[in-house]
Parts: sequence; C-alpha cells; structure tokens
Amino acid sequence: MKFRSLALAAAIASVGLSSAVFTPAAHAQAAEQYFPILVYRTGAYAANGNPWANGYVDYLKLVNAKGGINGVKVSFEECETGYATDRGVECYERLKGKGATVFQPLSTGITFALTEKAPVDKIPLITAGYGRSESQDGSVFTWNFPLLGTYWVAADVAIQHIGKAYGGVDNLKGKKIALVYHDSPFGKEPIPLLQERAKMHGFDLQLLPVAHPGVEQKATWLQIRRDRPDHVLLWGWGVMNSTSLKEAQATGYPRDKMLGVWWAGAEPDVKDVGAGAKGYSALTLQHGAEPNSKVVKDILAMVHDKGQGTGPKDEVGSVLYMRGLISAMLGVEGVAAAQERYGKGKVMTGEQVRWGLENLNLDQDKLDGMGFAGVMRPVQTSCTDHMGASWVRVHTWDGNKWEFSSDWYQADDKVLRPMVLDAASKYAAEKNIQRRTAEQCAQ
Amino acid sequence: MGFFIETMLGGLMTGMLYSLVALGFVLIFKASGVFNFAQGAMVLVAALAMARFSEWSNAALGGDSLFLANVIGIIGAGIVMFAVAWTVERFVLRKLVNQEGATLLMVTLGIAYVLEGLGQTFFGSEIYSINVGMPKDPVIMFEGLIEGGVMINKEDFIAALLAAVLVGGLTVFFQKTSVGRALRAVADDHQAAQSVGIPLNKTWVIVWCVAGLVALVAGIIWGSKMGVQFSLVTVALRALPVVILGGLTSVPGAIVGGLIIGVGEKLSEVYLGPYVGGGIEIWFAYVMALIVLLFRPQGLFGEKIINRV
Repeated sequence: MKFRSLALAAAIASVGLSSAVFTPAAHAQAAEQYFPILVYRTGAYAANGNPWANGYVDYLKLVNAKGGINGVKVSFEECETGYATDRGVECYERLKGKGATVFQPLSTGITFALTEKAPVDKIPLITAGYGRSESQDGSVFTWNFPLLGTYWVAADVAIQHIGKAYGGVDNLKGKKIALVYHDSPFGKEPIPLLQERAKMHGFDLQLLPVAHPGVEQKATWLQIRRDRPDHVLLWGWGVMNSTSLKEAQATGYPRDKMLGVWWAGAEPDVKDVGAGAKGYSALTLQHGAEPNSKVVKDILAMVHDKGQGTGPKDEVGSVLYMRGLISAMLGVEGVAAAQERYGKGKVMTGEQVRWGLENLNLDQDKLDGMGFAGVMRPVQTSCTDHMGASWVRVHTWDGNKWEFSSDWYQADDKVLRPMVLDAASKYAAEKNIQRRTAEQCAQ
Repeated sequence: MGFFIETMLGGLMTGMLYSLVALGFVLIFKASGVFNFAQGAMVLVAALAMARFSEWSNAALGGDSLFLANVIGIIGAGIVMFAVAWTVERFVLRKLVNQEGATLLMVTLGIAYVLEGLGQTFFGSEIYSINVGMPKDPVIMFEGLIEGGVMINKEDFIAALLAAVLVGGLTVFFQKTSVGRALRAVADDHQAAQSVGIPLNKTWVIVWCVAGLVALVAGIIWGSKMGVQFSLVTVALRALPVVILGGLTSVPGAIVGGLIIGVGEKLSEVYLGPYVGGGIEIWFAYVMALIVLLFRPQGLFGEKIINRV
C-alpha cells in the first residue's frame, strides 16, 4: 500500500516536472502558424467536401515537408461544419482563440455570418470562388478576400461563353436562359448580375430554385421541358448537381446546353451519371483536374508516398482536391507575403496576414516555380481589389473525364465594377463603414 | 393538356416511392407503437451496403457479371439489415418494454445518428452507384392523341411498379397471415400480446427485419435514381407528411397519402410556385398534411383516437 502511494506521488511529481521542463517545447509549438480548417466530411455535402478538405490538408503537409513557411512550421485543426451556418459559426468561435490568423469557411452562408465578426476579431476570411461578390471591394470589405473569382465573375463569364456560340452576347436577344439554383445564399448570389446582363442583351432569364439538398427536382425539370429554354445554367452543390443531370436525361434536355458553375463541375457531380452527363460543361476556377501538375507530383512523392496522405491516393489531382489545395496555397502565400514585410521566419498575426493577402503578388514565374504551371494564372491583389484575378476556363465531361473545352475568359470589368461598387457602397452605408482612403490603403 | 398529364403522372410515380418509405414508418408503428425516426438512416445503410457489396464483388469477379454482383450486394445488404434489426431489439428495445412513446421516439433518433455514422464509417461517404439495369431515357407516348405526346420516365415507372408490388405484398402479409396478426396484436398492447403467448422479442426482430427489407428496396430504387449518398436520409423526411396525411396505422393510408402528396407537391410547384418565387414543394407537402390534421387528427385512414376518461 505504502509502495503504491509512493509510486502515485512519484508519478504526479514527474508529470509536474515534465510540464515545467518542457515549457520551451510548448512555446516552440506556439511558434507554429496555425490554420483552422472548416470542413464538411459528413452530411449531405460530404462527397464534395471530402476531396476539398483532403487537398487543403495535403498542401499544408507538403509545406511542412518542405520546411514550413520560411522555416515556420504549419499546424492545423479541422472543424466539422456539415455545411450548416450555425455549426460554421460555432467552429469559428471555438478556433479563433487558438491562434487562428485566417479562416476559409467553404460556404457562402457561413461567409455571410462571419463577415461582421472578422473585423472585430481581426482575422481575414479567404473565400476563393464563393462568398459575397461585392466583397471584392477591399476598401469596404477590409477582411474579406474572394480570391480568384466571385459568383458575379462566374455568371458574367457564363453569359460570355453562351453568347460566343451565337457570335457574341448581343445575339442573345430573344433567347431563353434558365437558372436552376440551390435555394440558398450561394445559389442566389449570381442573380443580380444575370438580371443585369439580361437587361443589357435582351435575353429572357427564368429562375428555378431547388430546395436543399436538391434531391427532388422533378417539378423543376418538368417546367424546363415545358418552357424549353435555350440554355440551362446549373448553380448547384453536392447531390443537387448529379440529380439535375439525371433529371435532364430523364426529361430529354440536351446536356450540351447545360453549363454549371465551378462548384457544379467536379468528379462527384458526374461520376454517378457517367455517359448520361456526356457533353455537360462547367466553368472552372482557373484549374480543372490536374493529375499531371508538378505540385500534385510533389504531394504524391513527399506526402502520400511517405504514408502521410490525408485521403485516397487516386483522388489526388481531382477537381475539388485541387480547389482545396489551391485554397490552402493562397492562405500560405498570404502568410509568406506578410513575412516579407513583418519578418521572415516569424509567426504572423491576423492583421499581418490580412496585409499579406492584400499585397499578394503571385506572378506566373512564381506560380510555375511552386508547381502550378498550367494550373493557374497570376493573382495580384490590392487595397481596392481583394479578388486578384478573374480568369475562367470551361471544361466538358466526355463521359469519363473532364477536358478543357474553351480558351481563357475574364469577367467584363465594365459590367462587374459598377455593380461591385454600388453593392459595396450600400453595405457600407447600411453598416456605417467608412470606405478606406488612398492614404489608409498605403499604410 | 399533355404537360398537365405529365405533371400528374410524375407526381403519382414519385408519390408511389414516398409510399414505400412511408410504409417503413407505418410497419414499425403498427407492430411496436414506435415512431421510427431511424427509417431514413436505414434506407441509407441498406443502399450503402448494397452498393458497396455489389462494387466489391464486381471487382473480385473481374467485372464479368453485374447480375451476380447485384445478387451478392442484395444478400449482403439483407444480412446487414438483419444485423441492424437484431441489434436494435437486443440492445435497445428489450430494455424499454412498456416505456412511454416519447422515450421510444427519442431512442429511434439516437439509433438514426448511430446508423448514419456507422454506415458512412464502414462503407464510405462518397457517392456510390447502384446499377440494376434501370432505363434512364424517357419515352414519349400518345403522340397521336395529344400534341407533343406525354413523356413518361421509364425508370420512375418501373420503380413505381416495384413499389406497388411490395406495398401490395405487405398489405396481404399484415392482413392475412398469422405473423402479421401477431405484429398488430403486439402494437395494440405489449402485455396483452405476451399473455396470449406472442413472443415480444421475436416479433420485434421480425418487424424491424421487414422494415429493413422495405428500406433495402427503397434504398435500391432511390439509390439507382439519385446515387447512394448521405442525402438518402432526407428521403424519409419527404415521407413524413405522407404518414401524417395517411395515418400512422394504415398501410392503405401510406399508399393514398403518398399519391396525394406526390401529385400535390408537383402541381403546387409547377402551377403555384412561379407566383411565390418557386421552391415550394417541400413545405407545401407539410401544409397539406397540416390541413388534414386540423380536420382529422388521426390522418385520412388512421384509427380514431379514443380517450376514456
């Protein structure tokens, strides 16, 4: 008995001693750049959320395998949102106190909810390819970064692409375009731009909402069969996309007249439909499936072949995996840009990362050197432009794989810019936000 | 006219599939007095098991025989559903004999979460396919009678026929067989049923097995239509207004309720939707069920609730 008491006392003492001795180790751990990752690996959107999350995590592992961000190792932690706004906010609240310096919500709904929290907590939000379209205006939305593109960019390019088939957007007069959209902030986001374009070019825009998660669309596609629109724009996510394609097949609507947003153009959207989706096209957020890119080869060699891969090996390089990977890269490069100003090899704060994201300059040489040759075009942000690029390509499903089927497009700034400024100004007035001046931008 | 008929037919065929899922609710409620919130999760697990066993066996067979792979898939999924039924009875229901209905309801909510989690852990959370050879392309009929003809979705038509056969078979099982009568007796009163020699535990295993079989058929049909993935659990939510409308204790109620909801939601979405912004079919089904509840709390075909005071 006495021996047991002594042993217990010794154990307690050793625990106390070890925590004292290893305090520097704990400090070293705090010297890591912490990346919270909001994911959805369960629920209705898991099939699409998983590859994104795996790409994101694998890229962070690659960064560590290459020595970190100028020597600063990356630590990360996942939080499951289930694509639900309330759970996303809960994740944000839980992780922000752990040293989070950048969040990527992967949901337009969660982005809307966090847009007012980010300035208070001084943590930037990267929303690559989603979120609020007007947040491109960095002089109002100081903490939002819709890098690479917004839904207004996507909608604008979609109309340009459809117009090209008729010899130009001016020939769209009298045509009928139906928007089949997820009835959520994500799905509603392109509507203002499409309405603007419809007014400009005289085409008829038909709006067809589909309720979450989008498994019941028979009535929607019966209306499409009745009204016979010339083109269908598909603004879906998750199971909604494959269901739309199956209903299109079941109602005989030609798939080559359908064009999806970049969240409706990945392998999980068409794999189950197979040949039934042949001819269906979707926009890309610059990249498509990139299994032959150098960055993918690096991940296979330095992460997966070392037994450190996050998901299945055959998924590496798929469309949504690349989306996650590029999203992680943008966050990492924001930190690296901040280090250029505030000190290489140091852990950056949220405010410093915000500066880095606002002064991001990924030119082609740099991207190529990082392994993104052929995957991405340059991204350059500024105080007033938090998007940095609006390059889009179109890819088409050939029954087995996605193949690029168009040249590069860019959103028409003459259409986009006034809308962004107008919406951002309204937001600023509503929230009593002072637009940043040139002097403030220069700081 | 052709479009109206197409909408009606589309609604009827979808409604038949709703009936199939609603039947799972009705079966368990009739036999054990439990409103089984886990029915959607059972559909998911059954479909996942079928898709994955079929896929694995197809790979093992070298992709030579889809038929054999599907048979193995169905047998594997059947075994999984039996295991679910046995486990639920052995470790959950047996401990809760004669408990309040609300307690049992909450238990089924817990079972749903466990099944959803375990199903995805064992079988994965990607989108999987069930290929039982259902035709995917539509056929146009009555072109001579109606301008433009009437489009029929062959897959929906076959699915509705399968559902109708299963519903008919289960109706006979419940009404005409001794096991069916035993199940109904257990539902009426656990203690009274036991006192006349009906084994409660065995009966519960049987009814959960039958509900598992219904879930498997529903899972195969819905999984073939929309792919096997998590959203299959939401199919059960579509069947909730059906059981409210038709009555929780009535097999014919599940059928008629399903057809009414199916047609009602499609017509409302197509003809009413454009005036109120669209996307109304899900909540419109609940509104219809609510209106029925105002006038008939037991549903259209449910047993009248009599409280002796």
